[in-house]
Amino acid sequence: MLKAALTIAQKDLLSELKTKQVLGTMIIFAGLVILVLSFAFDPANNTTKAVIPGAVWIIIVFSGILGLNRSLVSEQRNDTMHGLLVAPMDASSIFLGKFFANFMMIMIVEIVSIPFLFLLFDFEVTGSILYFILVLFIGSFGFIAIGTFLAALASNSKSSEMLLPLLLFPITSPILIGVTQATKIILTNMEKLPNALAWMQLVAAYDVIFFVLCFLLIEYVLEV
Amino acid sequence: MSMNLEKEQAPLPTTEAAPTKSSLLTKILYGCMVVTFLAAIYTIFMYAEVEKTMGAVQKIFYMHVPSAWAAFLAFFVTFVFSILFLIKRKRIFDTYAYVSAEIGVVFTLIVLTTGPIWAKSSWNTWWAWEPRLTTTLILFFLFMAYLMVRQMDGPWDKKARLSAVFGIIGFADVPIVFFAIRWWQSKFHPIVFGDGPSQEGGGISDTMLVALLVSIAAFTFLYAYLLHKGVSFENMKIKVSQYKQKLRESLEN
Repeated sequence: MLKAALTIAQKDLLSELKTKQVLGTMIIFAGLVILVLSFAFDPANNTTKAVIPGAVWIIIVFSGILGLNRSLVSEQRNDTMHGLLVAPMDASSIFLGKFFANFMMIMIVEIVSIPFLFLLFDFEVTGSILYFILVLFIGSFGFIAIGTFLAALASNSKSSEMLLPLLLFPITSPILIGVTQATKIILTNMEKLPNALAWMQLVAAYDVIFFVLCFLLIEYVLEV
Repeated sequence: MSMNLEKEQAPLPTTEAAPTKSSLLTKILYGCMVVTFLAAIYTIFMYAEVEKTMGAVQKIFYMHVPSAWAAFLAFFVTFVFSILFLIKRKRIFDTYAYVSAEIGVVFTLIVLTTGPIWAKSSWNTWWAWEPRLTTTLILFFLFMAYLMVRQMDGPWDKKARLSAVFGIIGFADVPIVFFAIRWWQSKFHPIVFGDGPSQEGGGISDTMLVALLVSIAAFTFLYAYLLHKGVSFENMKIKVSQYKQKLRESLEN
């Protein structure tokens, strides 16, 4: 199952590498979000430092939506979804493969855009970088896992681009609440680390529960 | 041509209308609803004492809490029927889940409108990002999204399958949101909404409790009545569309 999933992920990433369509759009979009934020909050102002932890997640969420929309709609448009479904593998390995590919892409976007955000807003990290990377990891893991699942659900509709954000934001709101709180503590105020760890445990538990739930229910979504 | 006309004029197969079978249940539910509502109005305005600090505004409590209860009940029913649908694949389960979710959204909307009215007079603010309020708002958006999935194009069984999946995922979210958010800003508003009007938490007088229980019963009957009616409407819609389909086929042939 894992092998089939990795094959799908590899296929997605290779075709992305050829066209560079989605990843390029995601990165440019992330840059534009940073630009808009700089209009909204003066980078020279001290209070904007409080905004940065939230801004990190705004970038991830908005550019993530772009990638998630594409990942299954393109399969539907090219009529390759049937090909995937009749291939000798579980529906859950399709989910897993798509999840891996999307996760890789959002990671690349994060690696490129977040240093830029810190650089352009002249933000000095007083906390721990290691913990920050951990928060980014568990946060995007849950967001992308649920997002991939709901993208598969929404891709059945003609207006999936409109439907996906409406489905995704309420369900992932606990993750987003948890990670923004944890990020804020980790980046600015390391004294409250136990608090941040509690939030991170919560998000991790949420990730596990929903990953399993998506894994079990994906069969019903991909059924023809 | 004449054959076609004949076919067209042939009477449609008449089926026993659903209401005759269920009219007794409808009447019972309707009667219970009316009686409990009258009792609720009496207990709220005549029997229950006026709250000390908030005065008459506090009476909104007897509408606010029961509708929250009815909304939770409705979403729970949706959750149960979604699971049942995925297992048994019967259309009636899907209809129940859909109608229940619709009613639940309406009740949540009542909660979200009566809440701020009450909060304005007791907390002096329309809205606070307090755990209960945030959770309820997320719940409202979740089931709005559920209704959006319902609006999708395609055959009914596909829509039913997808919305059942979303109903399960969405409802699984609710308890997690509720418990997760409890730690968040919990010092800001230590008293949760339903715990009692006396600002102590749980300090509710006997007459108020009676009024509350009666209005909860009234709202539960209202929910049951709406569910029953809604399902029979939905069944009629399905039947009409089946007749239309039949007619279209007979015209085409």
